[in-house]
Amino acid sequence: MAPGSVPADLAPELAAALGLATVALLLVLLHRPLGDFMAHTFTSAKDLRVERGVYRVIGVDPKGEQTWGAYARSVLAFSVVGVLSVYAIQRLQQWLPYSLGLPAPSEHLAFNTAVSFVTNTNWQSYSPELTLGYTAQLAALAVQNFVSAAVGLAIAVALIRGFARVRTGTIGNFWVDLTRALVRLLLPLAVLSAIVLLATGVIQNFAGFQDVATIAGGAQSIPGGPVASQEAIKLLGTNGGGFFNANSAHPFENPDGISNLFQILLMLAIPFSLPRTFGTMVGDRRQGLAIAAAMGALFIASVSALSAIELQGWGTAPEAAGAAMEGKEARFGILTSAIFGSVSTLTSTGAVNSMHDSYTALGGMLPMLNMMLGEVAPGGVGSGLYGMLVLAVLAVFIGGLLVGRTPEYLGKKLGPKQITLAALTILVTPTLVLAGTALSFAIPAVRADVEATSIWNPGLHGLSEVLYAFTSAANNNGSAFAGLTANTPWFNTALGIAMLLGRFVPIVLVLALAGSLAAQHRVPATVGTLPTHRPLFVGLLVGVTILVTALTYFPVLALGPLAEGLN
Amino acid sequence: MSTTLDAPKRRSFDTAALAAAVPGAFRKLDPRLMWRNPVMFLVLVGAVLTTVLAVAEPFLGGPQSSGGTETPVSFTAGIAAWLWVTVLFANLAESVAEGRGKAQADSLRKTRTSTTAHRLVDGRLEEVSSADLRVGDLVEVVAGRLIPGDGDVVEGIASVDESAITGESAPVVRESGGDRSAVTGGTRVLSDRIVVRITAKPGETFVDRMIGLVEGASRQKTPNEIALNILLASLSIVFVVVCLTINPIASYAAAPVSLPVLIALLVCLIPTTIGALLSAIGIAGMDRLVQRNVLAMSGRAVEAAGDVTTLLLDKTGTITYGNRRASGFLPVDGTAEEELTRFAALTSLADATPEGQSIVALAASKGVRLPESTPGEIVPFTAQTRMSGLDLPDGSEVRKGATSAVVAWAESERPLPSTLLAELEERVESVSRTGGTPLVVAARDRSGAVRILGVVHLKDVVKDGIKERFAELRAMGIRTVMVTGDNRITAEAIGAEAGVDEVLAEATPEQKLELIRREQAGGNLVAMTGDGTNDAPALAQADVGVAMNTGTSAAKEAGNMVDLDSDPTKLIDIVRIGKQLLITRGALTTFSIANDVAKYFAIIPAMFAGVFPGLALLNVMQLSSPASAILSAIVFNALVIVVLIPLALRGVRYRAASASSILGRNLLVYGLGGLVAPFIGIKLIDLVVSLLPGF
Repeated sequence: MAPGSVPADLAPELAAALGLATVALLLVLLHRPLGDFMAHTFTSAKDLRVERGVYRVIGVDPKGEQTWGAYARSVLAFSVVGVLSVYAIQRLQQWLPYSLGLPAPSEHLAFNTAVSFVTNTNWQSYSPELTLGYTAQLAALAVQNFVSAAVGLAIAVALIRGFARVRTGTIGNFWVDLTRALVRLLLPLAVLSAIVLLATGVIQNFAGFQDVATIAGGAQSIPGGPVASQEAIKLLGTNGGGFFNANSAHPFENPDGISNLFQILLMLAIPFSLPRTFGTMVGDRRQGLAIAAAMGALFIASVSALSAIELQGWGTAPEAAGAAMEGKEARFGILTSAIFGSVSTLTSTGAVNSMHDSYTALGGMLPMLNMMLGEVAPGGVGSGLYGMLVLAVLAVFIGGLLVGRTPEYLGKKLGPKQITLAALTILVTPTLVLAGTALSFAIPAVRADVEATSIWNPGLHGLSEVLYAFTSAANNNGSAFAGLTANTPWFNTALGIAMLLGRFVPIVLVLALAGSLAAQHRVPATVGTLPTHRPLFVGLLVGVTILVTALTYFPVLALGPLAEGLN
Repeated sequence: MSTTLDAPKRRSFDTAALAAAVPGAFRKLDPRLMWRNPVMFLVLVGAVLTTVLAVAEPFLGGPQSSGGTETPVSFTAGIAAWLWVTVLFANLAESVAEGRGKAQADSLRKTRTSTTAHRLVDGRLEEVSSADLRVGDLVEVVAGRLIPGDGDVVEGIASVDESAITGESAPVVRESGGDRSAVTGGTRVLSDRIVVRITAKPGETFVDRMIGLVEGASRQKTPNEIALNILLASLSIVFVVVCLTINPIASYAAAPVSLPVLIALLVCLIPTTIGALLSAIGIAGMDRLVQRNVLAMSGRAVEAAGDVTTLLLDKTGTITYGNRRASGFLPVDGTAEEELTRFAALTSLADATPEGQSIVALAASKGVRLPESTPGEIVPFTAQTRMSGLDLPDGSEVRKGATSAVVAWAESERPLPSTLLAELEERVESVSRTGGTPLVVAARDRSGAVRILGVVHLKDVVKDGIKERFAELRAMGIRTVMVTGDNRITAEAIGAEAGVDEVLAEATPEQKLELIRREQAGGNLVAMTGDGTNDAPALAQADVGVAMNTGTSAAKEAGNMVDLDSDPTKLIDIVRIGKQLLITRGALTTFSIANDVAKYFAIIPAMFAGVFPGLALLNVMQLSSPASAILSAIVFNALVIVVLIPLALRGVRYRAASASSILGRNLLVYGLGGLVAPFIGIKLIDLVVSLLPGF
């Protein structure tokens, strides 16, 4: 527990609980203005001067609406350019200024990193402070931290338009959505957040490596850097890629309890406000509230479960030590670490202030489960909302049948086309996770390499590490179960592919869904219509989400963390 | 309704029907047919694979161990047997559902036998086989002969026995022109002679289509069924991926799982329950319509019926009895009501029209005693006099009729006092204002003195119980619009009495079509009934258009359902059946998916119990052995299909209520029930299976 952050006489558990309650209260207060502001941002007819400048430079007509196909092509083209430029900057590192004398990373690592940041995953197969200089961190990674989050927002907004619009062939303009997300939302919020972080003690300099003498008398080389500016967007954009390898466990990134709470708030701010945006844009705020309620219910359940398990501290080592403190910062304690870990994996951030690998065996399953839910509670910036809406489409399909109507959501009929798109979207990540994990052991040459180089903890725990890596990559989370050396050609390539497909296949499907919904007319709601704003529907949605996850992952969880935890 | 189509009221499911369906279940094992149902096709593949393994096992050194546990000798054979049973049960469900239509089809087929037609060519008659008729041919049909094909009467009038199709034994009149010109091939002319223009090719007649529909042969998957199939297929794909990846992943930490166990896991996880029953549900839904003598030309129409948000109902015959009835006697000039009633009834005694009869009936109900036969001489109604009456033996005369006609008759000798006329005017007004028709009654005694007795209030009587049905529809979220040719005042009065939501008065066919378009533009789904040729465009435009069998062939062509009983209120039943069909699908899907939780708790601990004893904690059902757990899950999976066949055929019970309360109830029954039931079922089966040697 950090001195000064909370009164010293408070028990750490109580302090953490109070902290979480404060964050929850702030979110309740924040989601209305922020949600409505985002709705206004993406529906306003006016362009700011700076935005008009951008449109002139990139040659876009801001009034030109796009079909879903054109929208998707724009997203893909933009992302391809992103991957290529991040890759190029890394590979050219030794000739770039402010590279701190660091060499270029290997081809597969550069590929993995480029994909990782463009897909909003921020999986880091490397130790950032020892691999990338300031230019690469700022010009490549920080830029992607902003734009990848903006892409997520754009997709979510496009899907909302699908529900909101009637008989149009278009779902908005990607370039306008992207620009507005950056100019009006992410940049101003990131600047504000960086200032707050600076005030809590996060560093911001270009000091390079500093040699210092430690209290114990040793000598250490400590890197400085523009951390606060990176940190703000890392959390706000649910990116998660830290400036330092230790991520938010590093005191320069996350000095004390206050900064920690603020970081939690930043991760949740946009994802929990987007349902409000959704409700506002479709003209029925209760619908947004229902989605937020479903996210909130899953969120609370998951945070409570991980907290309980970690506080309980089952297992030989925790019981011997008296508490499950392995891999957790003494500054934060068990509960605060568990909350941060939950938030980071429930959103698609993947930042860590404790090592998930060192959680108790059952506790380690929860961050994994959080990601396996599809990161919808509340999920990444934009991706959380569109993921949850796709699940809502499936829940409505089953619920709609149960009330004797061919299903409709917000007045839009869910026919074969919509169900195909929704079902395929749900199918993508489990397939990637399971196939990736299976291939790591099924291909003999790969298996030999995985066993010899990557897995440091043989047995069930090693299995969990590989499973965690693919879960994190395919769901674009980016957090890692430490203990797995992922900087190998196999993992860099396979995880890179998982990240790419896990991000862009659902995006294309979701945009197609948006297009098919926007083309429909609206069926008026009657008392015979399945109400999608009542607690019963929230329960159905939560049930469908859990069931889909549980049915898909139960066997593999039984083999990994469950077998480990129950033995 | 009298029925030959569904002669004895069949129970939805009985052992005889089951036995009759068994051969069909085996015939459906053809992989080319199975392929259309991806979920059951996977089970078939699993059954074939395990059978091959069971046969090969003795030659490969006995059963493999699985996940570190030895499996009993008969395990693979047991799994294989139950997988075959699962596939057969699924086929049985479909076969039973189809069997229910077979009887109807057979009786219909009898009407289709080739007959000799008398074709008119240039005024001459030539004999040809009915199979050689072409569209546009004119044929002559005389009393006693079968009508050789579908068509319209272009000449003559005849009574026709249509019982072969409608089950209604009373003959119906068919005549050229107007809305009763359509005749159906296979029906018999009972009297007179008609000339029919053939409108359908042989093989594509109404009866042919009916046979196809009731047999399910021409059944096409409906959009919702396709969507559900896609969802089920996607779930199956996920589970295939889950099962394919288990062994590679497990290989790092544990012994691999044997193929029969993997196949068992896959079959338990894929939604076999709904996959097996899906097509039976669809066929049974159509069949429920057929049992009510409604033929849906496509499953799509049945599905759309569940979605209907606006019902267009014709006033006459649907909402009202179709004939005006006496509802009150309003005396004037100080006449006793009893006297007015008696005179009004006396003039109506010989009147066979429903209006006349209703006056007599109302009088009798008011306790007025009437003679058995008409005393005196009847003066019949004519279009010129616009009144009818009675000349009594004592020389007095009674007349009743339209106001102006009766007043003119009364004033033929001297004018009536203006106060009386004013009073009469007021009574007449009060009747007209509420949409009723006034009939004035007057009497002249022997001396020539005329008295106006009063007014009989005739009105359209709303059918009993119709108001409650509309309230029920409103609770289901369906708006009713009454369509009538009456003037606005009359229409609104009746509309208010019947409790409809909206009234379209003085409606022309164009306005009706316009109304449907307007409703549809607002996203509503519209259902209507119609029989006339001028209804055809509206029937075609409506999402659910139910043509009356008595209607013209143009109307029958345009609609997507035909009601053989020609009962317009049946629209309400049709909506119900549509909803029931969708709910049944949803309920069984929910049940099927919820079942997976228990199956996981049976199989997962069993799969790896040998290597990870700790997983025994997940064996919440305390199943006796891994082999028994897996086999019990498979047996449950197969048996649940048979247990649910009656539900699939009968449909889930549907009561009109708001969507919220229906959802709550169905989630509780089929969601929670689906979660809990297999825990109990698998445990019970395990108690039996564990008695087998080796398990």
